[in-house]
Amino acid sequence: MYQYDSYDQAMVEARVEEFRDQARRRLDGKLTEDQFKPLRLMNGLYLQLHAYMLRVAIPYGTLNARQMEALADIADKYDRGYGHFTTRQNIQYNWIKLEDAADILADLSKVEMHAIQTSGNCIRNISSDHFAGAAADEVIDPRPYAELLRQWSSFHPEFTYLPRKFKFAVIAAETDRAAMRLHDIGIRIVRNDAGEVGAEVYAGGGMGRTPMIAPLIRDFVPVDQLITYAEACLRVYNRYGRRDNKYKARIKILVHELGAAEYTRQVEEEFAHLLSVGVEPPREELARIAAQFGDPAFVDGPKTIDRSDPDFALWARRNTHRHKHDAYVSAVISLKPVGGIPGDATADQMRIAARLAKLYSFDELRVMHTQNLVLPHVRIADLPAVWAALDAAGMGAPNMDTIEDIIACPGLDYCSLANARSIPLAQRISERFAATGRTAELGELKLKISGCINACGHHHAGHIGILGVDKKGTENYQLSLGGSEAEDVSLAKITGPGFDEDGVIAAVETVTGVYLAARTEGERFLDTYRRIGMEPFKEALYG
Amino acid sequence: MADNLGTSPDEVQFRFRDDEPVDHGTVTVDACCDQTNAAAVRIEPGDDARVLLPFLGRLALIEVNFPGFGDGRGYSSARILREAGYTGELRAVGDVLIDQLSHMRRCGFDSFAPDKRLDEDDAARAFATWENVYQRAADTRMFGRATIADKRHEG
Repeated sequence: MYQYDSYDQAMVEARVEEFRDQARRRLDGKLTEDQFKPLRLMNGLYLQLHAYMLRVAIPYGTLNARQMEALADIADKYDRGYGHFTTRQNIQYNWIKLEDAADILADLSKVEMHAIQTSGNCIRNISSDHFAGAAADEVIDPRPYAELLRQWSSFHPEFTYLPRKFKFAVIAAETDRAAMRLHDIGIRIVRNDAGEVGAEVYAGGGMGRTPMIAPLIRDFVPVDQLITYAEACLRVYNRYGRRDNKYKARIKILVHELGAAEYTRQVEEEFAHLLSVGVEPPREELARIAAQFGDPAFVDGPKTIDRSDPDFALWARRNTHRHKHDAYVSAVISLKPVGGIPGDATADQMRIAARLAKLYSFDELRVMHTQNLVLPHVRIADLPAVWAALDAAGMGAPNMDTIEDIIACPGLDYCSLANARSIPLAQRISERFAATGRTAELGELKLKISGCINACGHHHAGHIGILGVDKKGTENYQLSLGGSEAEDVSLAKITGPGFDEDGVIAAVETVTGVYLAARTEGERFLDTYRRIGMEPFKEALYG
Repeated sequence: MADNLGTSPDEVQFRFRDDEPVDHGTVTVDACCDQTNAAAVRIEPGDDARVLLPFLGRLALIEVNFPGFGDGRGYSSARILREAGYTGELRAVGDVLIDQLSHMRRCGFDSFAPDKRLDEDDAARAFATWENVYQRAADTRMFGRATIADKRHEG
C-alpha cells in the first residue's frame, strides 16, 4: 500500500500546525465562529448534539495494522473506547473535546493519517472498492488512481470553497462495490480495445434529499489526462454550481438543470483549454504510486478447507469473497453483531483486527462502505483460525449482505441534523430477523436506514430503505423499496404513508413475506420487486 | 458612480509586485467591455472572467471581489485570467481573511485589499504555510514553481 515520502509527511505536519494556529486564533477571538467553522470542518471537526465529532480520513478505505492500532489508541485516549466506521470508509469519534483536536491530528500524522477535507465544501476523501487489489474480477487495482486524486485534491487552491461538498469514488471492476454512480463524480478504470488504461467518468450522482444516478459523461479519459479532466469537471462546477440555496448546490443539480449533454460540452471545452495549460502531474508520478500497490508475496496453497463445522461453513460462505489468487480469499470482519450498533468497533476490537491483519493478511485492512472491515488477503488454509478469533471477539457474525448487515447513520442519538433515531431501529430489526431465523431464507437483502433526508444511511439505495422523519414532533419512518447502489443501480420508491417504530419493523416483515411468497428460483428480494412491481407490496402493507 | 467602485492603493495591505500601483477608477465587467479605455475592472462572483480576455492588453488592474469568503468563484476567475496570460495586478478585495491567503496567492492574486486589515504576523505565517504543493496552478505558470510530483521526478 501507499507509503508517505518526506513530502507527504511534511504536508500533513504543516496542516497540523496550520490547524493549531487556527484554533489559537479562534480562542484569541481573532476568528469568529462563522469564520472558524469551515476551517474546523475541513479538518474533520463537526459539532454534534452532545459533543464534537472528529472524522478521520481512511483514503480509499485502505489501512495497515499500525494505523488501526493508532485509531484504537485515539478511541481510548480521547474518546470513550470506541469508534464508528462510516459509509465513506472513514472513522468517526463521537465524544471529542475541541482542545484535544490538534493533538489528535498530531497523533494521526505519526502514522501517515489525517482528517483533511473529511468535511466542508471541498473535495472529500476518495472512496473505492473495498476489495481493490484483491478481487478476482477487477481490471486493475483502482487505488493508485485514487491516490493520485487524493494528492491532487488535498489543499487544492481553486476548489476549497466549492458550492457544496464533493465526493469521488474510483472502481475498476464491472461489479460496483462502492456505489460509484451515486457520487458527485464516479470513475471506473477500464481498458479499451487497444489495451490502454483509461477512465469512464460519471458526473452528478448523489443521494441526499434529491437522489440522482450519475450519467456517463466520458467513456474514456486516458490515464495521463485524468487529473486534467477532473480539474475541468470541478472548474465548471465551481463557477456555475448554484450558491443561492445549499439544498440545490450539489453538482447533481447543475448537471440536471443544464442537462448532461450541456454540462459535458462545458467540461470538454474547459478540458481542451486545460490540456494546453498543462496541469497534469508528470507521467512518472502515477507509475511511482502504482509501484507501491504491488501484490504481496502470495504463495500457493490449498484451495479448499474442511467445512464440517456448520458455523464456520456458514461464515466462510457468507463473509468471504473470491480473490485473484486461488489460494486466498478476502474475509469480511463483521461490525454488525445481532442487536449491535452498525459500524461501531471498540478499541480492543480494532486491535484484534490489526493483529489478524499482521498475522494473516500481509498487514492490510480495508473499511467497507457497508460499515464492516475486510482482511483482503487471507490464505484459505488460515480461514478457521481467522474465524475463531473473530467469533471470540464478537466480529464473526455470518451476515454479509443479509438483512442483518444494515447500514445506519448515527441518527438522533448523535447527529444534530437527524429527525429520528436510526441505531435502535437497526438493532431491533437485526434482533427480530435473527430470532425468527428468516435471515438465511431471505438471502441477499440490503436494508439501509437514514435518520433524516440527508440520506447518510443510503436509504435511497436500499433494497429496503427506511427514512426517519419528524411527524408533528414524533419519529416516523417511511419505507421504500427497490434501490440498489451496485452495478444495477436504481433509486428506491416510497411505499406509501409512514409508520411508527414498531409499525415499520412489522412492515419490513410484511414486505419480506410478500417476497418469499412470490419469488422464483434464484431471485433476490430486489429481483422479485423489479419483476412484480410495487403493487403487491402496497396491497400487503396498506390493503 | 460606477468608476468609484474600486479600492485605492492605500487600501491594499499586501502587494507582491514591483511596479507602481495604478490609481484608476475601477469599472464593472459590463462597463469594461463597452468602454474602450478602461484600465481597471472589478469582477463580481457571478461574472464570467472570460469575457475580459479580449481586453487584457489594456488592463493594468483587475479586482476580484469576495463579498463573502465562502464563495469560491473568484479563485477560478483568477486562474482563468492568469492562464490567459494576464500579467497585470490581480487584487483580491472584500471578505479576504487570513486562512484564504495562501490559496489565493497560488491562484494568481498578487495584491490583497481586505475589508478589515489583517494581523501582519498571522498573514506572514499564512502566506508561508505551504513549503511545497501538490497541484500545478497559477504559481507553476508565473513563477515556475515545481510541484511535489515535479520534484519527485526531476533530473
